[in-house]
Amino acid sequence: MAILVIAEHDNSQIKSGTLNTVTAAQKLGSDVHLLVAGAGCAAAADAAKQIAGVSKVLLADAAALAHPLAENLTPLVVDLAKQYSHVLAPATTFGKNLLPRVAALLDVAQISEITAVESADTFVRPVYAGNVMATVQSSDAIKVITVRTTAFEAAAVSGGAAAVEAVSGAADAGLSSFVSQELTVSDRPELAAAKIVVSGGRALGSAEQFKAVIEPLADKLGAAVGASRAAVDAGYAPNDYQVGQTGKVVAPQLYVAVGISGAIQHLAGMKDSKVIVAINKDEEAPIFQVADYGIVGDLFSVLPELMTELSK
Amino acid sequence: MKVLVAVKRVVDYNVKVRVKADGSDVDVANVKMSMNPFDEIAVEEAVRLKEAGKATEIVAVSMGVKQCEETLRTALAMGADRAIHVETDAELQPLAVAKLLKQVAVKEAPQLVILGKQAIDDDANQTGQMTAALLGWAQGTFASKVELGDGSVNVTREVDGGLETVKLSLPAVLTTDLRLNEPRYVKLPNIMAAKKKPLDKTSPADLGVDVTPRLKTLKVAEPAKRSAGVKVANAAELVAKLKNEAKVL
Repeated sequence: MAILVIAEHDNSQIKSGTLNTVTAAQKLGSDVHLLVAGAGCAAAADAAKQIAGVSKVLLADAAALAHPLAENLTPLVVDLAKQYSHVLAPATTFGKNLLPRVAALLDVAQISEITAVESADTFVRPVYAGNVMATVQSSDAIKVITVRTTAFEAAAVSGGAAAVEAVSGAADAGLSSFVSQELTVSDRPELAAAKIVVSGGRALGSAEQFKAVIEPLADKLGAAVGASRAAVDAGYAPNDYQVGQTGKVVAPQLYVAVGISGAIQHLAGMKDSKVIVAINKDEEAPIFQVADYGIVGDLFSVLPELMTELSK
Repeated sequence: MKVLVAVKRVVDYNVKVRVKADGSDVDVANVKMSMNPFDEIAVEEAVRLKEAGKATEIVAVSMGVKQCEETLRTALAMGADRAIHVETDAELQPLAVAKLLKQVAVKEAPQLVILGKQAIDDDANQTGQMTAALLGWAQGTFASKVELGDGSVNVTREVDGGLETVKLSLPAVLTTDLRLNEPRYVKLPNIMAAKKKPLDKTSPADLGVDVTPRLKTLKVAEPAKRSAGVKVANAAELVAKLKNEAKVL
């Protein structure tokens, strides 16, 4: 049986997490179908059909799907799911919101945030903030899975030539409606997929200093900006910057933790980074236990020096 | 308006768990247990709704072993009016909990069910969404702001790109994110008073729910440890290392 991947997109572009999810799906079978459900989403479907490894694109284009409301998307996915052995979505806020609702109506478990595929029914997933990796086996007929995107390579955005098949039947469930959104506008790379991430913590002291110190360094490095929970709770950075157990999980080539002590909940979100740099004035901060390179010092003097060095 | 709040007893967030020597499971014997932090936020939100005159009764519910009573007493001390304990020694996975919670919701007929977005033990992030699905209700997940209207609720959700607000018809299921509120510190007189509040018992059998696990844990292991690296003296040395040694710049 084929594998169904639910694409995350904004009606015009496919979000990067979808590409990692396609790679996870390919470990389960060669026939990977991608559902693009939205409104006026032909452009997204057009991008979807070019993704390497996708054999078919299902296009559900309906006004009720303009925003990814789980109440409206679920009946469509549940209906399609019955023809598949596995249904996958990225473990983003989109996938985490949608797939448990789908799984419950299929009367199957959902397997959250897998980091490895052992076989068609056996998967590895982190528990206890990533301090333990559990290998779990599903006894359900349909496996409904969210995928930790940093654990799988991104599928190529070109090279595929999938057929596009229209799917009808999407309707407004009449339970929910979209009101508004406040999205962080940035020219920086997407946090979850960035090659370099610069994160700031409580030691920044204010939103102004966060902006004045963290952002220039990020821009110098072409990096995304992240933050610890403490910095977000204090209002120094928006919620979507949070890296950690309950925020975003990142695994960049380089992670620079500035003024972050390194609570286990934060480490859960970044310890798979290739190279970790920590800058903290507390020599005993737990962040140094996972850092490849550490500087013990006041970030407000170290960061200007770092900017100067990087400009040389 | 009645609010149902679901709370889970989990290993305290400050405890770093260990894997049993045989790799069969996590060793949780003799470790500190607490209410799941996200569920504390759920209880707090319900109590604030009551204090604002919007909720009339708060019912706390927990599923699991006998000691879940302690977790329910904490919810009562925070301000819940009464508690329901679905007692079982069976392993409960999110789908089973959602089925139990659905049955409790059908009996209690609340306008809102509030629970944490995820439990910090299994990190599943499923129960609220599954409960909403089984009830056929709307779901407001990862809530950072809740505004009750007439027959509806506006929920601001923490999503990957920022914030999104949706309007849900009532009854609805809400799951809490970190910024929704800061739970109160429970005072001793409230702990004493909570001991006198009603706590009713029921069971999966009473509720007619089959809680058989669908996922079998084959093994658990600790992930590869990162070893601490080196301390460098200054920014110049750091940049040199990143360029020449790590080759990431």
